[in-house]
Amino acid sequence: MKKDLLINYILHLGDNALILGQRNSEWCGHGPILEQDIAITNISLDLVGQARNFFQYAALLKADGSTEDSIASLRTEREFKNCLLVEQPNGDWGQTILRQFLFSNYQYLLYQQLQAKEDKQLAAIAEKSLKEVTYHLRWSSEWVIRLGNGTEESHQRMLKAVDELWRYTGELFVPADYEKVAGIDVVVLQEPWTNKVKEIFDEAALSYSEKTFMQEGGKQGRHTEHLGYILTELQYMQRAYPGCEW
Amino acid sequence: MTKATIDKKMLYTYLDEINDPEVPALSIIDLGIVRDIVMHGDEIEVIITPTYTGCPAMDMITMHIRLMLATLGFKKQKITTVLSPAWTTDWMTEEGKRKLKDYGIAPPNPVQHVCHTELFAADEAVQCPHCNSYHTHRISEFGSTACKALYQCDDCKEPFDYFKCH
Repeated sequence: MKKDLLINYILHLGDNALILGQRNSEWCGHGPILEQDIAITNISLDLVGQARNFFQYAALLKADGSTEDSIASLRTEREFKNCLLVEQPNGDWGQTILRQFLFSNYQYLLYQQLQAKEDKQLAAIAEKSLKEVTYHLRWSSEWVIRLGNGTEESHQRMLKAVDELWRYTGELFVPADYEKVAGIDVVVLQEPWTNKVKEIFDEAALSYSEKTFMQEGGKQGRHTEHLGYILTELQYMQRAYPGCEW
Repeated sequence: MTKATIDKKMLYTYLDEINDPEVPALSIIDLGIVRDIVMHGDEIEVIITPTYTGCPAMDMITMHIRLMLATLGFKKQKITTVLSPAWTTDWMTEEGKRKLKDYGIAPPNPVQHVCHTELFAADEAVQCPHCNSYHTHRISEFGSTACKALYQCDDCKEPFDYFKCH
């Protein structure tokens, strides 16, 4: 029972990374300028790498013939435990940047907590990933400020992005049963996370409404309609050619 | 040469022949990827660590290590990936840094400048691998691979890759 919950927790971490990585990769060849196209796809690569580490560990614990590939490619929407934020559409560049900032800010704090936990493998993955997440947070923070405090057009677009995405941030801090088992306290992350958002939003001339109704359910497998479309594309090869390997 | 007569030091010499597929100037020893080699009876275990989490070269490097070990006669082999302690550019050998520079890639600076969240920091002073000028500027924080940033020299005008601190 406890092992099942731990596996679910690892899947939750891996799914967050995989789905955001997949979303960011949709920018490949479409970034606003070459340097930022390369930046967002490099971030993708880091996230997919994290997902691989988590899925390899989950496969080891499951010990039922599962592999990192089967975990990524052969589960259905309801089995995915990623939070709703990461599956939201890219929208314009501003919305992608904001989603990255909101999530990297969270992941940065979460991995700091995780790297000090008893589970050696999870701690190692967190320690390793933290170096890259630091980049992601810095890069996305800078872009939120540039765009929020940029032209009237970019400012309006960032306001729209906040309006679109803010409702998916509450879920990050609502603990799921498997998080409790892993000894992770996401509730305590909310204060430093909010402080960071306020710091960056102040510089970016952005604000959010305290009264937003928060959506949740992703951690339990209840997703927005977008996840099915993501999986259709992500899982196509394994579904069409079962067992294919690179 | 049979496997019975190969000692650990020689194994390192053999593994030094395996290059990073994305930065072929460097061997996996130069990069500090190989953390240890352990013999368990007739099984050989090579312990490696990835540079970047999503580095696609790691699968290829693992395959090359397996091929090398097989060529040397090791039938029972195990490649173990460890993530902690996390790889850092500090583990790159001096020889590796020299080879990088000769190859036209600026080696990582000895002091960490970039692993923090401070915003809009000044560009790191990076020496141009072509004309040795420090009069350079960063074009892009991300380059052709995850481990590199793109710089340009303001003196000789050549763009170059910088193997960034990690």
